[in-house]
Amino acid sequence: MSAPLRVLIVDDEAPARMRLRNLLDDIADRVPTSIVADAADGVEALEKLGDSEVDVALVDIRMPRMDGIELARQLASQARPPAVIFATAYDQYAVKAFDLSAVDYLLKPVKAERLAEALRKAARTPAATAAVRAAAEAIEPGGRRHLRSSERGKVLLVPVAEVIYFKAELKYVTARTGEREFLLEESLAQLETEFASRFMRIHRNCLVARDAIAGYEREREHEGAADVEVCWSVMLRGVPERLPVSRRQWPQVKALLER
Amino acid sequence: MGPSFRAPRLPDFCNLGIWLRVLLAVNGMALAAALVRSRGLAHLPAEFAELAGLVEPVCLGSLLVLCAGQRWLGRLPPSGAAAAVVAVTMLVSALFASLLTPLTSGESQSWWYAGIWSALTAIVLLMWFDLAARAHSPAVTEARLMALTARIRPHFLFNSLNAVLGVIRADPRRAEQALEELAELFRVLMQDNRELVPLSAEISLARQYLDLERLRLGERLQVRWDIESCPPDALVPPLMLQPLLENAVYHGIEPLAGPGEIDVLLAGRQNRILIEIANPCGGSGTPHAGNRMALGNIRERLLLFFDLEATLATDLAGDRYRVRIELPYRHGDVS
Repeated sequence: MSAPLRVLIVDDEAPARMRLRNLLDDIADRVPTSIVADAADGVEALEKLGDSEVDVALVDIRMPRMDGIELARQLASQARPPAVIFATAYDQYAVKAFDLSAVDYLLKPVKAERLAEALRKAARTPAATAAVRAAAEAIEPGGRRHLRSSERGKVLLVPVAEVIYFKAELKYVTARTGEREFLLEESLAQLETEFASRFMRIHRNCLVARDAIAGYEREREHEGAADVEVCWSVMLRGVPERLPVSRRQWPQVKALLER
Repeated sequence: MGPSFRAPRLPDFCNLGIWLRVLLAVNGMALAAALVRSRGLAHLPAEFAELAGLVEPVCLGSLLVLCAGQRWLGRLPPSGAAAAVVAVTMLVSALFASLLTPLTSGESQSWWYAGIWSALTAIVLLMWFDLAARAHSPAVTEARLMALTARIRPHFLFNSLNAVLGVIRADPRRAEQALEELAELFRVLMQDNRELVPLSAEISLARQYLDLERLRLGERLQVRWDIESCPPDALVPPLMLQPLLENAVYHGIEPLAGPGEIDVLLAGRQNRILIEIANPCGGSGTPHAGNRMALGNIRERLLLFFDLEATLATDLAGDRYRVRIELPYRHGDVS
């Protein structure tokens, strides 16, 4: 027999969490599970989960602080993403999106047989992160609202709206907000695709929030024997530092500023 | 929205019932005229026969023309169509008058005299049909009321059932109580909600509803009632408080991670009843589509019950969203 499925339960209503616990208990002989954590919203789920991994996340859609859609996006961006099974009492719009992208969901009140079926399916197939992302995008367009940063085993959530720029250092990427820097565990290329509408690349190692660019200035000139190399940098709202713009990206940055 | 003058809605000129009513009315008027004109009851039949002989061909002829031209009338603007109807009757009667004058020896039956008479008759009849149509609309009002009240968020029903299932093993008594409340709530939802109900009944229903929500939300849901100064016998539209509270819970409490408070104020002031419900406004200041729909529903019902005597207003004061309703104080016998 295989190892029990590691399950995360996230719902803001205590009786709903209790219901899922009861049902998991009832179907344990058919689908063995172990509950790693339960949480009242997305933020608490990520905090409680920390660095531990789960196989399946049972996620309510409508929750305070961080809803199920955003949580699913967060989970999908993990190194080893769990299978996400949404639970909803009544949300025709979300249900339609799930059906379209073949994402599994449970309707409340949840039935034991249906839960067992969803768990068996989750155990068989690898986590469909692309499908979850597609459904999430259909329900709440615009990508993730938060980025995860771990610090000494603690999960910090950085609102994307507050990020002024991302910078790739040697091995990691940092996100700069008005207050400080956060270490992220994702690649600049991935961030660039997900947040293309919000950030633009100004350098091989740097993405800047379009709204944050205040202006540009000539940085320095290298006078070689034959050519004059002009370097530009952008000034940003909210932070004192200036960021160099690569020659390759300069035309785009200039076009944005001159619009 | 429209001008204060409203052109009458035209009846169906090809409908036999309409023909019957028009003929009855016209003959009735002829009879009345005959009564006025006749010198005694003995002369009445002859007087009436003469008048009826004059008006009936005009009447039937006009109806025939109007029935034939009904499609064309329908394409005109309402006031134009009414004017056309009057013009048709005038023309038909003028035609008949000029045809019949040689036959009857009457010298006063000039064509324009007949035209004015029939035009007046046509106007009176059009107004009468319009009034009758409007008098019938209480049936429409009732149907509208039925449709407006029978709504509750499915979200609430399924979440409540799920919550009952969640506590049924750990706390069977609480589950029983919740199911009783749910049954009670749905009994009221499904009953005939076309009559005003005492505020006290609305309050107890609201309390049951909130108790159900407390099962799901626990300490997150806090409610402060301020109803001391309110006469409990005041009559209000049925199922008005509960949807307002449902909105407050859905938009005010559920988006909050911590506890949130709903304020319910019911007060009587100089023959007016004031109902005020305030809830925390979770971040987004714009009212939700679902909220607008529920408020539109209540506003429409207030209009149907109290016409313009009731008002509904919403405002956003700081981080609290408030719905304020004022009604005239009507009271019935409450046992």
